[in-house]
Amino acid sequence: MNNIVILPIIIPMITGLFLILFRRNIKLQFLLSLISLSLTGISAAYLAYQVKESGIQTVQVGGWSAPFGISMVADMFSMILVITTSVVAIAGILYASKSIEESRKRYFFYPFYLFLIVGVNGSFITGDIFNLFVCFEVMLIASYILISHGGTKIQLRETVKYVLVNIVSSALFLVGIAYLYAITGTLNMAHISMRIAEVGQDGLLTTVSIVFLVVFSMKAALFLFFWLPGSYSAPPTAVAAIFAALLTKVGIYAIFRMFTLVFYHEPHITHLIIGILGAITMIFGAIGAIAYWDLKKIIGYNVIIGVGFIIVGLASFTAVGLTGSIYYLVHDIIIKALLFLIIGTVITLTGTSNLKDISGLIRLHPSLGWMYFITALSLAGIPPLSGFLGKIFITEGSFEANLTWLGAIGLISSLMVLYSVIKIFLYGFLGETTISEEMEKGSTKGIMLPIAVLTFLTISLGLGGELLAPYVNIAVDSLLNPIQYIDAVIGGRN
Amino acid sequence: METIMAIVIGLLFTAGTYLILSKSIIRIILGTSVISHGVHLLILTMGGLKKGGPPLLGSDTTSFTDALPQALVLTAIVINFAVTALFLVIGFRTYKVLGTDDTDKLRGIEDE
Repeated sequence: MNNIVILPIIIPMITGLFLILFRRNIKLQFLLSLISLSLTGISAAYLAYQVKESGIQTVQVGGWSAPFGISMVADMFSMILVITTSVVAIAGILYASKSIEESRKRYFFYPFYLFLIVGVNGSFITGDIFNLFVCFEVMLIASYILISHGGTKIQLRETVKYVLVNIVSSALFLVGIAYLYAITGTLNMAHISMRIAEVGQDGLLTTVSIVFLVVFSMKAALFLFFWLPGSYSAPPTAVAAIFAALLTKVGIYAIFRMFTLVFYHEPHITHLIIGILGAITMIFGAIGAIAYWDLKKIIGYNVIIGVGFIIVGLASFTAVGLTGSIYYLVHDIIIKALLFLIIGTVITLTGTSNLKDISGLIRLHPSLGWMYFITALSLAGIPPLSGFLGKIFITEGSFEANLTWLGAIGLISSLMVLYSVIKIFLYGFLGETTISEEMEKGSTKGIMLPIAVLTFLTISLGLGGELLAPYVNIAVDSLLNPIQYIDAVIGGRN
Repeated sequence: METIMAIVIGLLFTAGTYLILSKSIIRIILGTSVISHGVHLLILTMGGLKKGGPPLLGSDTTSFTDALPQALVLTAIVINFAVTALFLVIGFRTYKVLGTDDTDKLRGIEDE
C-alpha cells in the first residue's frame, strides 16, 4: 500500500475542480495549473524512484484487497509515461497561455486541459480493466470539449466525426469487457492474467483479445486512423499538440498492457496481427505524409507513422524490441508535441497551412528554423538525437524475432518521414523570403520558450539515453515477466 | 432467458448500426444511444442473469446472483448519458452554425 500512487490522478483533478471557481482570473488559473502539473511530475518521479528501489507500487482503493476492490498500480512502464506526460503538458500549457484567445480561456480552457491529463494519467496507472474504460472516457470527454472549444465551423464538423468514432469504439470496448468478464469472472487485470494462465488462452479468448485490439487500434490510430488527420488539424495549436503527443499514446499503452500482461499466450496469432497492422499503418501513413502539401496533413500522417513504428517493438515481443518501444514512446510524445507546436507557430505566422504559399521563414525566424531542423532530424532518427535509440532497438528486435520484413518497412517509412519533414524545411524555411515582418499574421513573442525546452529535451534524451537505460530495463523486465505485476497486485506483499 | 436477451441485443445493435449509417446527425446520435443500450444489456447478460438470492449477509439462500454487472452497467449508463448529452449539444450547435444536419453537406466549408 503506497498512497502516493494515486497522486498523479488526484492532484490535477482537484486543481481542475478548484479552477472552475476562478473563472475570471485567468492568470491565477494558469499559475495553479502550472504548479499542479509540476507537482504531478514530481510525484511520478518520486514513484519511479520507489519502483526502482523496492519494486512495483500499488494502492488498493478503499482498502479492499486486490480482486475485489480497484487497484492502482505504478510500475516503471506507466511511471515513465506519466513523467513524460507531465513534461509535455507543462510545455503545452506554457504555449497555450500565450496563444489561446482570452475568450476561450474564460470558458474553462484550463480546467478541461487538466481533466484531460487526469484521464491520461488515470489510464496509465489503473490496474482494473473497467477503470481503464472509465479513465478513457474522462480523457475522451475532456478531448471532445477541447476539440470543439471555440466552436468554429471546421472544429464543429471534425468534433462530430471524432465523437462518433470514439463512442462506437467505447461501445466495443464495453463489449470486450463484458465477454472477458463472462469468461474469467473478474475485472482486475492481474487477476484476469492469472485466470487466463490457469485455463489457457483458447480460441474464444483470442477472439476477445482481437476485439480489444480493434478498440485500442481505433483510439491509437493503428490502422483505423481515418479520423486522425482531420480531427487533429481542427483545434488550436496547443490543443492539437497535446492530442498528438498523448491521446494516441494512451491507446498504445493499453495495447502494450493487454498484450504483455493478459493475452501473451498466443503471440504467433495476436502479435503477428499486431505486426501486420503496424506495417499497413506505416505504409499508409508514409503515403499520406509524402502526398500532401498541407502542413497540417503532413504532420497528422507523421503521428500515424509513429504509432505504426512503436507497435513493431511489441510485435517482435523480444526484450530488445520492447526496450526500443519504450525509448521511442518517450521520444514520440516529446517530438510530436514539438512538431505540432512549431508547425502551429508557422501557420500562425504565415496565416496559411499550404506549404506552396510559405517560403524563406528562416530569414525572419532563424531560431525557429533551426529548431525545426533539429526536430526533423530527430523525428527521422538521425544519430545523436532521441529518435535514434528507439529506432535502432526496434529494428534490431524485429530482426531478432525473424520479422525482417517488418523492420525493413519501418526503416523505409523513416526515410519517408525524413523526406516529408525536410520538404517542409526546404520549401517553407529555406528559399526566397516572400513575406516581410509587417505582413505576418502573428508573432513568436512568448511562445518560443516551450519549443526551446522541448528541443533541448529531444537533444538531451538522445545524448543521455544511457542515464535512462536502468529505468527502461526495469520497465521491459516487468513487461516480459507479468508475474511481477501479478505478485505486486495480488500477492499481498503490501 | 439468456437466449432472448441475446436476440434483443442483436436487434439493438442492428438498429443502432442502421441509424449510424444514415446521413442525418440526429439519427446518428440516436444510433449511438441505441448501440449503447445493447452494450449495457450485454454486460448484464454476460454477468449471468438472476440465478439466486441477493448477495447479502444473513440471507437464507445458498445460491447468489452476481451483483457486479449491475454496478458496471450503472457506471456505463452514467457515462453514456453524459456523452449523449454532449453529443446532442455538439450536433445542435453544428446544425445552427453550419446550417445543415446532413453529413454529406458538411464538407467543403469555407474556412478550410
